Amino acid sequence: MLKLKPPGRELIVEILIRLAGFSAIFLVALIFLFLLKEGAPAFWQVPLGNLFGQRWYPNEELFGTWPLILGSLLVTVGAVILALPLGLATAIFVRELAPDWLREILKPLIEVLAGIPSVVLGFLGMVAIAPLVRTYLGVPTGLTAFTGSLMLAYMALPTIISVAEDAIDAVPKEYRDGALAMGATHWQTIWRVVLPAARTGVIMAVMLGIGRAIGETMAVMMVTGNAARVPHELTALFMPARTMTATIAAEMGEVAQGSTHYHVLFAVGILLFIVTFIINAVASFIVIKGGPRRGGRLMG
Amino acid sequence: MVLICLAACGTRNAQVGTAVPGAQAAIQNKGSDTMVNLALAWAEAYGQIHPEVEIAVTGGGTGTGIAALINGTVDMANASRPIKAEEAAEAEANGIEPVEHVVAADAIAVVVHPSNPVDGLTIPELAAIFSGKISNWQEVGGEDRPIVLLSRESNSGTHVFFLEQVVRQGRKDDKTLFSPDTLLMPSSEGISAEVRHNPNAIGYDGLGYVTSDQKVVAVALAADRPYVLPAIDTVKNGTYPIARDLYIYTVGQPQGAILAYLDWIMGPVGQAIVKQLGFVPLQGAE
Repeated sequence: MLKLKPPGRELIVEILIRLAGFSAIFLVALIFLFLLKEGAPAFWQVPLGNLFGQRWYPNEELFGTWPLILGSLLVTVGAVILALPLGLATAIFVRELAPDWLREILKPLIEVLAGIPSVVLGFLGMVAIAPLVRTYLGVPTGLTAFTGSLMLAYMALPTIISVAEDAIDAVPKEYRDGALAMGATHWQTIWRVVLPAARTGVIMAVMLGIGRAIGETMAVMMVTGNAARVPHELTALFMPARTMTATIAAEMGEVAQGSTHYHVLFAVGILLFIVTFIINAVASFIVIKGGPRRGGRLMG
Repeated sequence: MVLICLAACGTRNAQVGTAVPGAQAAIQNKGSDTMVNLALAWAEAYGQIHPEVEIAVTGGGTGTGIAALINGTVDMANASRPIKAEEAAEAEANGIEPVEHVVAADAIAVVVHPSNPVDGLTIPELAAIFSGKISNWQEVGGEDRPIVLLSRESNSGTHVFFLEQVVRQGRKDDKTLFSPDTLLMPSSEGISAEVRHNPNAIGYDGLGYVTSDQKVVAVALAADRPYVLPAIDTVKNGTYPIARDLYIYTVGQPQGAILAYLDWIMGPVGQAIVKQLGFVPLQGAE
């Protein structure tokens, strides 16, 4: 170790940094404890059959969270299906194909995309996108899970693009040179060499995108119609849906503190936390199983 | 002037905002989204003649306003439905005694897209539509289109009133619910935007919120009864079937600045504003 004078200074800095690091973990633990404290009573105040029932109508003590969980998943899966090909293609274009001057224009533009407030997007979706969805898809109303997915895809795009772009950038130049020297075309190099090498980073991009999507509230609440119906048919994506986040946001202001409804809303928060946790765990598992290959710069 | 005392009129005195008239006073006023424009107009007009009284108005829904009253964060809660027994009990457990004041009346208008050929609906038809038993406009004399149901969120007093008076047709033992396919919109604007654009839609909202680009449907109690459009006189003479009172709840008997404000609201100037905004003034206030 390098010796510094005065010797106490390094120790103090070390302790401060350690404290800052631990505080993040401490805060997350506190948040989870708070969620648990406020949400747990729901699990014994409401029979489980009701809590995981098909009908959400708190006015009549019907607390079926099933339509909300499925609603959130439906909107999120739709968003990922829309955003993934688009985001990946944009990342490849910006990093591998675009000339330098175009890249210099595109990168800040993508960052601006991330800065648009979600309530603005929600309003745009409600007034402009929803009527288009209804007219061109011939569905009864434009306020559907799909409209929510469109908004979320738009919001997840900047995250997916930047992270995927970093992952692609981290693939060593020798890989590309090697592929090209073997006689592969530019496209073959991207598809067969660069993308597989950047795999873990790309998966990370998708997972962060999902995280962004499932937690989004305002835009979703404004465009999905908020009908707490259980999606049981293939066309459910084009029907209204109600997400967990929108439910918490719409109803939390109304409830009397300490009522059953209040505890159930926190229980919905716990469920959301668990769903997000599972997604993150799966992502980490894939990344670890992906092995110590390159392309993991952002993991380091 | 209608003044109903809910519980035994209490002795809760030193509340926020109950200052002596003439001195500086701040009144916190929150609740019904139906009433928020009305409450704002009152606060603005009152502020011009009584600049020493500061009135802060916020919306959020009747449930939100009453919850705030229970938690002791507001002085006056606007409500488009009477306080529920559970809410009153919670308030009392918190040491707060809500006192009810009827300040205006309102008609709930049923609205559809202007191109919709349906002119009138009966209460049983509306009940069947909003509970999902009728799902095509053809069944009530319209075009062959699916019906898209629009409602305010369940914390809205308008929602609860419509459920009790229309979907359940006023029967206390009826446990019918809104169809799970009902779109719950977070705002009145959400409903009017969808009704303006979507020829499949049917929604309901306070008469004061109906704009000229929505079509108002006449409502009848039954098929053999007259179909009536919502208006000030049809609410006053009792012929329009979906009308209700609008309330302000105060913490205990109002005193000082709050009492003066309430008296002014129920007086001629306050009631003239009620009429201007498309609500129905109290009987005999004109």
